[in-house]
Amino acid sequence: MRDVAVVSFAQSVAAEEPERNEVEILMPVVEEARAKSGIPKDDIGFTCSGSADFLAGQPFAFVNGLEAIGAWPPIRESHVEADGAWALYEAWVRLQHGDIDSALVYGFGKSSMGSLRDVLCVQLDPYYLAPLWPDAFSLAALQARAMLDSGAHTEREMAEVAARNDGADVDELLARPFVVSPLREHDCAPVSDGAAAVVLAAADLAREVSERPAWIRGIDHRIEPHSLGARDLTRSESTRVAGEKAGVGGDVDVAELQAPFTHQELILRDALGLNGGTRINPSGGVLGGHPMMAAGLIRIGEAALRITNGEANRALAHATSGPCLQQNLVCVLEGD
Amino acid sequence: MTEPITVVTSPVRLEYRYTPGVAMSRFLRHIAEGEIVGQRCPRCSKVYVPPRSGACPRCGVPTQEEVPVADVGTVTTFCVVNVPFAGSLPLPYVAAAILLDGADIPITYLLQEVEAGDVRMGMRVRAEWATPEERTTSIDHSIRYFKPTGEPDVPIDTVLEALLSA
Repeated sequence: MRDVAVVSFAQSVAAEEPERNEVEILMPVVEEARAKSGIPKDDIGFTCSGSADFLAGQPFAFVNGLEAIGAWPPIRESHVEADGAWALYEAWVRLQHGDIDSALVYGFGKSSMGSLRDVLCVQLDPYYLAPLWPDAFSLAALQARAMLDSGAHTEREMAEVAARNDGADVDELLARPFVVSPLREHDCAPVSDGAAAVVLAAADLAREVSERPAWIRGIDHRIEPHSLGARDLTRSESTRVAGEKAGVGGDVDVAELQAPFTHQELILRDALGLNGGTRINPSGGVLGGHPMMAAGLIRIGEAALRITNGEANRALAHATSGPCLQQNLVCVLEGD
Repeated sequence: MTEPITVVTSPVRLEYRYTPGVAMSRFLRHIAEGEIVGQRCPRCSKVYVPPRSGACPRCGVPTQEEVPVADVGTVTTFCVVNVPFAGSLPLPYVAAAILLDGADIPITYLLQEVEAGDVRMGMRVRAEWATPEERTTSIDHSIRYFKPTGEPDVPIDTVLEALLSA
């Protein structure tokens, strides 16, 4: 396996963006990631992006996104209709070929243009589930209820996940009204627009451009059945297997988990076997800001930052896609 | 025996509030004032009208410098529309790519006050503006169509050069 590292990362402020379009959000982020990497634009060997047309409500959003990166003279480029974390996976595979040494990866999306909890219905099975329009909050609430009923975790633990970020009082959080029982507003990630970019470099180049590269020691992604009724929603088997294949075992200093709902963080922690010795989501995680199609890539970038700045020597990043944690990616990063 | 079910109808309706973006918003506010204002790439100097995403897609840099361009330009290529659709204009009519004087990228717009058979590559055309009261930040409320100016045509070689470099 060829050594590949994250050598730079940039992200926009995750918030609703009533003024800027996707390209205007993305362009400064790509510019910043490229500048921080120290690798000239024309030397980057591969470019891969993640976005989803349903967020924008128009086809070929990713072609529009290319305006942000200056694809002239022609570049080698690819796209995933998924979070940028999966674009990073593709770029990592591409770098394994050995003929190029660097890749630019970005993800972007403007969820605020539509009603996100309804837009996400179109990813459901079109015959039995999508016609019922079960919105994303309601499906997550079903999962949370199943988890509570299983006895694995409590509503208090869910509130503790939310409180970790803003220091709110757990009892006060539990006294608040439900959005969809058992989920309260603080259990759900907000609707955010945003973009993120990462530059990957292979062994020698990574050492040349970075004092402390964040080496990707393992990366894997797994998916579970489309039908929610065919899954045990109280566990995340795909995360467990992806974690095992990515080599999570052993001490993890920092874990960045893409858990858009508090109960999902609890399920993910169980699946990855994370104990009290791991700092969970020092960035604040996606409860503070959840730009769809960038949020998973941001977890990898944030985990890499903790390595690069010396706070951690071994970090884990996780990204999710689909309803109720259907598909999960786990990436293990280490310093030298 | 009951008939097998072969079709499931599941209607999908999603509404979006589209954002033109900062660059396009600026362009459209100028349009409401009766001005066509493009943006110049600081690197390759191309003037984009409209300024698309506020980026030069070749160079990947923001195009922030505003450049007024003329409401007069040259037809670089065109299409004679012979297929009707609900609410369409009387057929045939012409949709033309018009390179405005001072711009590097043509806009596509309706041509009127000319027979379809008389439209030529290189023909000089001018915007027919709506009245100030009628104009809005929507371009089709503000420029009704383009029409011939009556000036001599631009030589075809110059038009082809513009097409190839756009």
